[in-house]
Amino acid sequence: MPVFYGTEIASALMLGTALYPSPAILAEAFRRSGAGVATVSLRREAGGGREGQDFWALIRDLGVRVLPNTAGCHSVREAVTTAHMAREVFGTDWIKLEVIGHADTLQPDPFGLVEATRILSDEGFRVFPYCTEDLVLCDRLLRAGCGVLMPWGAPIGTGRGLMNPYGLRSLRAHFPDVPLVVDAGIGLPSHAAQAMEMGFDAVLLNTAVARAGDPAAMALAFARAIEAGALARAADPMEPRDMAAPSTPLLGQAVLA
Amino acid sequence: MTAEATILGAGVMGLCAAAELSARGVAVTVIDPAGGPGPQGCSWWAGGMLAPDCEGALAEEPVVRLGHRAADWWQAQGASLTRAGTLVVTPGRDRGELDTFARRTTRHRWLDAAGIAQAEPLLAGRFDRALLMEAEAHLTPRQALTDLRARLIARGVDFCAEAPMWGTRVDCRGSAARDILPALRGVRGEMVVLRAPDLALSRPVRLLHPRFPLYVVPRGDGVFMLGATQIESGARGGATLRSVVELLNAAYALHPAFAEAELLEIGCDARPAFPDNLPRIGPAEGGIYLNGLFRHGFLLAPALAGMAADWLLTGKKPEFWHEDHRER
Repeated sequence: MPVFYGTEIASALMLGTALYPSPAILAEAFRRSGAGVATVSLRREAGGGREGQDFWALIRDLGVRVLPNTAGCHSVREAVTTAHMAREVFGTDWIKLEVIGHADTLQPDPFGLVEATRILSDEGFRVFPYCTEDLVLCDRLLRAGCGVLMPWGAPIGTGRGLMNPYGLRSLRAHFPDVPLVVDAGIGLPSHAAQAMEMGFDAVLLNTAVARAGDPAAMALAFARAIEAGALARAADPMEPRDMAAPSTPLLGQAVLA
Repeated sequence: MTAEATILGAGVMGLCAAAELSARGVAVTVIDPAGGPGPQGCSWWAGGMLAPDCEGALAEEPVVRLGHRAADWWQAQGASLTRAGTLVVTPGRDRGELDTFARRTTRHRWLDAAGIAQAEPLLAGRFDRALLMEAEAHLTPRQALTDLRARLIARGVDFCAEAPMWGTRVDCRGSAARDILPALRGVRGEMVVLRAPDLALSRPVRLLHPRFPLYVVPRGDGVFMLGATQIESGARGGATLRSVVELLNAAYALHPAFAEAELLEIGCDARPAFPDNLPRIGPAEGGIYLNGLFRHGFLLAPALAGMAADWLLTGKKPEFWHEDHRER
């Protein structure tokens, strides 16, 4: 099971808390899937203020580790301010750091992300940066002080799966000891299984579950896919090969059959 | 058997409860600090779409089933109601949204470009396909509330800002009832009212969009209401710039001619909701409470009012009954 900043989490499934038909269905998705971490936005859900208390109380009642995020922040300053507010509201130094660089694709701003990671890490925050799969960026983020990386699979909410499997595999190979989470762009349980088969420590998603016709059933499907992917990784999967190799011997088969 | 009732709250729930009880011979008084429906209550800011089928894409089954009775009920109360259905469209880039919506709703019919042009000439050429939700209707909330209040007064219902309680209490205070309903939360909604005298729509139009969904409700005389924000927050202050920009941008995407519209009003309020976003009826001091209508006030208040009257007059236990009002 993933270990973030010395804390072991009971499940490699991390779920966002936005866009569900109701808080009751959100809670049911967590209950059925056993998801280990709930991310929650302080900006959008709260309408920009501190008035989201009722919803935040529902999130705390889920009984899972809460990872507040800075979703919707387009500047370092906004993200840092939101992180401070999150620490106060949820009593945690964990922060999923989002600094958006492009309004349409919601692509992370790598430069602002490194700066905000440095500021928040220096202040004692445990930063989970939402980043691209760029190897050099990830290296700079680690040097800026974070101990977890959260590269995207595809842009937020697109459900397109792992767009650059090569890049994600490279991250795993270059940072064997850093907890890696695929965050965003996951659409199907098979995408999540693929990330786990690559050796990622966890998968974070929201829309694919929240906007499914039956969110709780879809959350369970993701939990099982993630479990399958992790089992497969631990079981040392075969390498693909060019030559067909029969799994039953050909010798002894009737020649005219 | 209830002969006299005091209803707390003159929002859509309070007025519907007053209508059902008074129609069945109960002497009703409605108490509201403002004396009647008005901007202090969230139903004043409602869209007024009686759209059970559209809502079924996200809401639970009772919303669709009970919501289908709403249009007849409002019409029977003399409300001015338009039964022209709802048109659902999506920008070309997000075609998949419309297919998902179609799978998750019923009582609709596909329209092609020609069908859209015929149904809503304003939108001719802008979309190549749409869903027409044929069984839906819409009304103008403020007029419906004001008219219903007048009708109730004519029937002998008293409206007071403050009065001694007598008879059975029917608590329809919405968000103000959080003092007895700890599970109640606010869900913020923002709306904009425009005047665009050259534009005409004959029915509400919903624009599906992964980030900026929108509905436009025609209010007659070139007036349109834009809505759809739904934010997990009980804040009742002014609408945020972001929400208003998103609503206006989405309207512009529906038709660029909205760019010339005059902004008449920007509004915001929080709707009371329980964790499952379904309403509840239950016992409260001196009577019962009716609450948690979420974004379905005009759609569900008639059915809830009927259930409350059944319970008080015949002892028939209502759907949505919650024995313990402190339950979370």
